[in-house]
Amino acid sequence: MKLKKGIPLIDQGNKLGFWGGKFGGNFVPETLKKPIEDLEILFNKLKKDKKFISERDKYFKNWIGTPTRFIKLENLTKYVGGAQIWSKVVSDANGGAHKIYNATVHCLLAKRSGKKIICGDTGAGYAGKMLSMAAKKFGLKCKIFMGAKDIERQQPNVRAMKKNGAEVVPVYSGSQTLVDAVSECMRFWVANCDTTAMCVGSTVGPAIFVRICGWSTSQISRELKFQLINEFGSIPKKLKLYNCVGGGSSSFGFWNEFMDYDKKQCEFIGVEAGGPKKSKKHAAPLTYGSKIGILHGAAQYVNQNSDGQIEETESISAGLDYPGISPLHCFLKDTKRARYTAASDEDALSAYKLVTKYEKLRPSLEPSHAFSVAIKEAKKMSKNTIVVVNSCGDAYKDKKILKKRLGKKYV
Amino acid sequence: MFNPIDLAFKKAKEENRPALLTYTVAGDNTKKKSLVILNAVSKYADILELGVPHNTPVADGSQIQTSAYRAIKNGIKIEDVFWIVKRYKKNKNSKPIILMGYYNMIFQYGQKKFLEKCKKVGVNGLIIVDFPWPENKSFTKKCKRKSIYLIQLLSPTTSKERLKKIIKDSHPMNYFISMLSTTGGKLKVSPKKIMLNYSKIKKINPKKNVVIGFGITEKSIKSLNKADGLVVGSAICKEITNSIQKRQNPVTNVANLVKKLKNKIL
Repeated sequence: MKLKKGIPLIDQGNKLGFWGGKFGGNFVPETLKKPIEDLEILFNKLKKDKKFISERDKYFKNWIGTPTRFIKLENLTKYVGGAQIWSKVVSDANGGAHKIYNATVHCLLAKRSGKKIICGDTGAGYAGKMLSMAAKKFGLKCKIFMGAKDIERQQPNVRAMKKNGAEVVPVYSGSQTLVDAVSECMRFWVANCDTTAMCVGSTVGPAIFVRICGWSTSQISRELKFQLINEFGSIPKKLKLYNCVGGGSSSFGFWNEFMDYDKKQCEFIGVEAGGPKKSKKHAAPLTYGSKIGILHGAAQYVNQNSDGQIEETESISAGLDYPGISPLHCFLKDTKRARYTAASDEDALSAYKLVTKYEKLRPSLEPSHAFSVAIKEAKKMSKNTIVVVNSCGDAYKDKKILKKRLGKKYV
Repeated sequence: MFNPIDLAFKKAKEENRPALLTYTVAGDNTKKKSLVILNAVSKYADILELGVPHNTPVADGSQIQTSAYRAIKNGIKIEDVFWIVKRYKKNKNSKPIILMGYYNMIFQYGQKKFLEKCKKVGVNGLIIVDFPWPENKSFTKKCKRKSIYLIQLLSPTTSKERLKKIIKDSHPMNYFISMLSTTGGKLKVSPKKIMLNYSKIKKINPKKNVVIGFGITEKSIKSLNKADGLVVGSAICKEITNSIQKRQNPVTNVANLVKKLKNKIL
């Protein structure tokens, strides 16, 4: 299994949509074969179409607001006393997280295909909130599927979705979190694929959705590359890119433009959700050696029992609370291009405390996982090492949890 | 290859009616009860589909989901599913059995081992909802070697070109999904339209049996009786759920329902 150079990773799958011959694919009901094929044809055409690209860039620039900031965390760097710690503040983007890129592109595609309705899943509520924003912007009706447990713990985003005119459908099956929301959304699409477009909220699902999402979030690393050269004159000799990994959309987008660099120069570190310290449950299939299985149309490492039933996950961050992981990350792990590790709920909370104490930055619980590992590892690194953490979400949505776990002053 | 599924269709044709296929979930609501249900419906149905419960079923509506979650909650494992089939096949009046489920269960068991086990306990066919053509091509061949039919699903969205290719590679039985829906949806297309699509499929190869499923209930079954076979699933699962809620015996209620279904197509 090998990465190819000079070809975007999203285009390195084989004819049946498998990366490395075994991750991804299209394990879908027959009914979805046609709409998926239609979407593939449309996307393959449009991603080469200059007019479409400039339309995308226009919305990215004027509506989402590019570029998002790239800032040095001076105080945190001093406190840690090792590598230079920087952050790409992706939460600057309109709506407060990276999910806006994928949502915008899906709405642009839906418009081109003449669909009037778009449906999507959401965990932390960001994918749903952004899809509702983009749908409103482009005049599409919007339906969002969300686990009942997540609706309860991510209220600010639920309110935002409703304000944007989206219908939020609570999902009560299974663990009532993201995994069930994705299943229910796929079921809805099976029954309505003639009138409705589907947006999968991360780099998961049937291969085409992995590709569209990865293509969209790659905006993050396009900006970062430019900003790094601007700041340092060239890509630093020792660059470490830390990102949390749930489904894997922000991390993939954060790394994509640096894929062809040697990992000694430019290392990727993915941080999964290890769950509560005392619990055996987690959302870290790559770190804890889960087996390959099929989930939501794709072969991937996934938490499951010996029978092949998908296992329930547990994490303080709804956005990372998913038993599977993008086929792209499975491929990056097995080719050893990226390194994966996990941070616990408690680790993430302490990192949040530390970052907000020293900096004017409020990473949500998802990137707090990445900060936790970055801070720990930066200590042992030289001063000329550049550590960049993707702060891909804002903590506003986590108000309720932060108040409960850390007290009022951290909200 | 010889497969009793062919005989079931032949017998129904001789009686000038479609074959009746039922779907129940293995282990719903208990391992033993689901076996008793299979035995009870055998009197009326021609082919029995047995669902292998999975906890992320992307194509099932709420009725079958409820049954599947109930079975999993009761601790049903893949080995129990095989146990049910094995025991059922000891029944003198047993009918052909088709296991229906999601690919991950087979993937984890191992394709080869799974087929060997199926053969051993007497499974006659497989429907794998999320393992479409052409991904299932090599598995189809492995099934054939064990004289087990891999039943291909065909949908209203399947293009004509694709239909031809799938049917060419298919075994003697296929399954037409009546409409764009998960299982158990309300029939939102007219039976006439369904039969029109159906006849297009039959024309490609009239020799292969094609059953229709999704949305078929006591009300709608008669209007589709020109098909080779008709599948009723969600309506039966719903009957089990209702029986449990009303503290009635699901076995007799389900048997009565299947008897009524059969009478509608005689």
